[in-house]
Amino acid sequence: MKELKVTPIKNGTVIDHITTGMALKVLKILGIGENIASTVSVVIHVPSAKKSWKDILKVEDRELSPREVDKIALIAPDATINIIRNYSVAEKYRVQVPDVARAILQCANPSCITNSDEPLETEFLVKSKDPLRVRCKYCERELEDIASNLL
Amino acid sequence: MDFRGTDLISIADLSKEAIYEVLDVAREMTPIARGEMMDERLKGKVLATLFFEPSTRTRLSFESATQRLGGRVLSFGMPEATSITKGETLADTVRMVEAYSDILVLRHPQEGAARLAAEFSEKPVINAGDGAGQHPTQTLLDLFTIWDEKEVIEGIRVVLLGDLKYGRTVHSLAYALALLGAELTLVAPPTLQMPREIVDLVRELGREPKQVEDPREAIKDADVLYVTRIQKERFPDPQEYLKVAGSYRIDLPLLRDGRKDLIIMHPLPRVKEIAPEVDRTPHALYFRQAFNGVPVRMALLSLILGA
Ligand SMILES: Nc1ncnc2c1ncn2[C@@H]1O[C@H](COP(=O)(O)OP(=O)(O)O)[C@@H](O)[C@H]1O
Ligand SMILES: [Zn+2]
Repeated sequence: MKELKVTPIKNGTVIDHITTGMALKVLKILGIGENIASTVSVVIHVPSAKKSWKDILKVEDRELSPREVDKIALIAPDATINIIRNYSVAEKYRVQVPDVARAILQCANPSCITNSDEPLETEFLVKSKDPLRVRCKYCERELEDIASNLL
Repeated sequence: MDFRGTDLISIADLSKEAIYEVLDVAREMTPIARGEMMDERLKGKVLATLFFEPSTRTRLSFESATQRLGGRVLSFGMPEATSITKGETLADTVRMVEAYSDILVLRHPQEGAARLAAEFSEKPVINAGDGAGQHPTQTLLDLFTIWDEKEVIEGIRVVLLGDLKYGRTVHSLAYALALLGAELTLVAPPTLQMPREIVDLVRELGREPKQVEDPREAIKDADVLYVTRIQKERFPDPQEYLKVAGSYRIDLPLLRDGRKDLIIMHPLPRVKEIAPEVDRTPHALYFRQAFNGVPVRMALLSLILGA
C-alpha cells in the first residue's frame, strides 16, 4: 500500500494506527497547539489493514515521553510509535495499556476526594483492556469517558 | 486473615473467610455488648472518631463498642472537625489525629476520603461512610444480623426493596450477599433501580439477581426482606412520591403472604416505609439490627488492634 500522502520527515515520530477520530486528542496530549515549532501532519480516517479505519500523526523533531505514550494508550490502544531517524524507521513499538493509570486521568465524579485539594495523585485500576474500562481507586467508580478526562 | 493493623475501607477488601471471621467474633462479643459480661481487652487503647458529617448511630455504636471493651474514645466531631480543619487538608488532619490515638474511624462527605486517610495514616483506619461510597461496618452488621438469625447466608433468599439507586447501604450489601452465596431479588420503583454496575458485580459473582416489580410477589418465599427509605427529594412531583412510597409500604396485610420466619431489616431511621404495627411482630428485626452494630464493631476493633 503506497501511503505517504505527506512529505517524509527526517527525524521525529510517526504515531500510526490511532483509533480513528482520536488524532486531535493525541495532538492535545502532545501539547501541540498554536505555538508550534515543527512540522506536524495529521491524517484522519484512512483505510487501515488491521482495523477498517485509522488516523496517523507525524511530528517532526520530537520524541515522546513515557507519560505521553501511556496517555495515548488509553485513547488509542492499537497505536504504534515509530521513531524516525534519518528518514527511516529506527524504532517501532506498540503502545501498552498500563495496569494502573497513575496521575494521567482525572476522576469524573465531582464528589471524589481526588477532586479536592489533597496531596495525592489520581490512580485508576484497569479492569479490562479490551474494551478499556478503568475504575478510580478512591471513589471506586468507573470512568465512563476516558478521552475527555485525560490530565 | 490477619487483621492486625489493617484498614477497613471497602467491603471488597474482605474475602469470604475474613467476613465469617468477623461474624464469629461478633457473636462472642454479643454478651459483652449487652453488658452481661465484662471484658477489658482494649484497656489503654484510644480510638479517635473523626466525623465530618453528622451521624448518631454509627458514632455512638463505635463509642459504645470501644468503651465496652475498656478502651477510650477521642471524638473529633462536628463542629470541631470543621474548625480543626479550616483550610487544612484531610491528609494533614489525619496525620495529626493519628498521633493521639491507636485507631481512626472516619466519616466524610466525599467518596474515597477513607482510602486517602488510610494512605496517610500509619495507624489503622476504619471507614464509617464516605459520601455515596462505602460503609463497610454497616454491611458487616447487616450480614451479622442475617447470619445470627438464620445460621447461614448461602442459599438464603433476600429481597432488597425500596430506593436501590441512591441507598448506599444496599450496594455494598448486594455485593457481599452475592459473595456469600445468597439469592437476591430486587424490588424498586423504575426511577430508583439498582445501578447497572452493581448488578454486573453481582452477576460476575455468579448470582443473577431477580428483578420483580410487585413487593407482594417478591416476598412470597423470601427469608429476609431488607427495606430502604425512599426519599421525597428524589421525586420532582410530590404526588408521584406519595404514590410510589405508598405502594412500597410494608404493613400487616402485605406480610400475610410471606413466610412465618421472614425477617424484616432496615438501616434506620425509618419514616413510613414500615408500618409501626409491624414492630410488634416477630418479623421485625430492625432494632436488633441497630444493636448488632455494637458487637460487630467490637469484633473489628478487637481483631484490628490484635487484642
Ligand atoms: N520518513 C518518514 N516520514 C514520514 N512517515 C514515515 C517515514 N517513514 C515511515 N513513515 C510512516 O510510519 C509508519 C510506519 O512505517 P513502516 O514501519 O514502514 O510501516 P508499517 O507499520 O505500516 O509496516 C507508516 O505510517 C509510514 O507511512
Ligand atoms: Zn474517583
